[in-house]
Amino acid sequence: MIDPIFLVEAAVNGIMLGGVLALLALGLNLIFGVLDIVWIAYVDLVMVAMYAVYFLVMVYGWPIWLGGLGGVVVGVALGILVHLLIITPILDSPPVNQLLATGGLLFFLQSIATFLWSTDHKSVRVSLPSIELGGIFVSYPRLIAFVLSILVMVGLYLFLTRTFIGTAIRAVSQDRGAMALMGASPQKIYVVTSAVGGAMAGVAAALLSIQYSVHPYFGAAFGPITFMICVLGGLGNMVGAFIASFVMSEIIAIGGVVWSTEMGYVIAFALFIVMMFARPGGILAKRQ
Amino acid sequence: MSMLELRTVTAGYGQFTALWDVSLAVERGEAVAVVGPNGAGKTTLLRVISGVIPPRHGDLVFEGASLAGRPAHEVVAHGIAHVPEGRRLFPKLTVAENLKMGAFLPRARKAYRESLERVSALFPALAERQKQRAGSLSGGEQQMLAIGRALMSRPQLILFDEPSMGLAPVMVLRLFDLIRRVREEGYTMLIVEQNVRQVLKLVDRAYLLEVGRVRMEGRAAELSEQDFVRKAYVGL
Repeated sequence: MIDPIFLVEAAVNGIMLGGVLALLALGLNLIFGVLDIVWIAYVDLVMVAMYAVYFLVMVYGWPIWLGGLGGVVVGVALGILVHLLIITPILDSPPVNQLLATGGLLFFLQSIATFLWSTDHKSVRVSLPSIELGGIFVSYPRLIAFVLSILVMVGLYLFLTRTFIGTAIRAVSQDRGAMALMGASPQKIYVVTSAVGGAMAGVAAALLSIQYSVHPYFGAAFGPITFMICVLGGLGNMVGAFIASFVMSEIIAIGGVVWSTEMGYVIAFALFIVMMFARPGGILAKRQ
Repeated sequence: MSMLELRTVTAGYGQFTALWDVSLAVERGEAVAVVGPNGAGKTTLLRVISGVIPPRHGDLVFEGASLAGRPAHEVVAHGIAHVPEGRRLFPKLTVAENLKMGAFLPRARKAYRESLERVSALFPALAERQKQRAGSLSGGEQQMLAIGRALMSRPQLILFDEPSMGLAPVMVLRLFDLIRRVREEGYTMLIVEQNVRQVLKLVDRAYLLEVGRVRMEGRAAELSEQDFVRKAYVGL
């Protein structure tokens, strides 16, 4: 029998991980909701932004917080570039072509990262202690990442609900054509949405940098789980994605303690498949 | 010079042509109806005017400026608001947010408070439901919101596409009263309607569209007296 304290610790760590996963899922979902396109290469953009953080901090000697902000700026730039260079020309193409184009970007980014930076794991060394709270150990970087990701999500929520452009983004996700009749240029809304999605990727990159080392296949490690969360929450459903992030991260964290990390992923994917049959529209969808 | 003038406009979708050489004019301050059977091209006509689809041939002049081929979001900025078929509200946004989106244009955004007061005065029912989701409103309220949202852009010309569609008979009469009140505010309007009898009571002039061509035009009173229109559309 496992000491319950380990389970509690795993649960706490699961919540910490869920925060960053939610950030990724919300960014991907936001873009999907507005553009109806899944950016397959989304987590690979995170990988590129993580390299940016690494170089800024480890090579150019920027302080970690400034390097993190640099990662966010790179994320925004990547979001806008992906939209203008890859999505805009194929906006009216069949969905399968759009999927192939962003999938192609994934392989392109992996290859170019391998070419430029080799497959070595590179990490931003942050020496911060773990915190002990009533026998539970929580790593300090994880706690920081969790708190910041929650703050950024609150910021995203306020942006989408309290600002004019944020409300317009939600409106476009409900009816593209009607928003054009209100005088909103669709392209302008798309660029802003892609920039915000890119910013989410950049923030996630900064927060992941202090916990994990980066390598060209980082996207392959976090990409599938991010998509699963989005689908589980119901594609385009922000609240669903938020909840699904924590469900998935808990399964992985607790499964990891009880069996092994691999088993945690196996259970998460198995649950995902079962849920696809039980609730194909996502956990919050009404039953047919 | 007319406020809006269409000169031999031809338009359609893909291989299909929905409008053939349609010419039409709306004077400032006028209310004009376009009537005709299903598939006559009425909705297409409004969509060409508001820039949702470009005309293939012909010209579209509004206040002296050619708008042919300009995208929808630019046409609104010239002062044409389109209340589309099926209302096209943002169902998950609140009533207040829908109205806010109506004022998306920079110039409309500046006058947002004032516009909101005007719309609230016209549609008190909406003012009471500010925080309710648009999708939860009744059909009549949704149509009011669609009209209110169009007014928020501070248009000079309003295009109505089948405003009475899907409404209960009692609500239809109330809706026409409301449109009459909007008219009294001084807006110029072009209305596409299936309910020919009601709409001819409301407008100054009307065009009869059939299979993509203007079949007849005239003063509303004269048109409703014509045997042909009475039998075919008014149902008398």
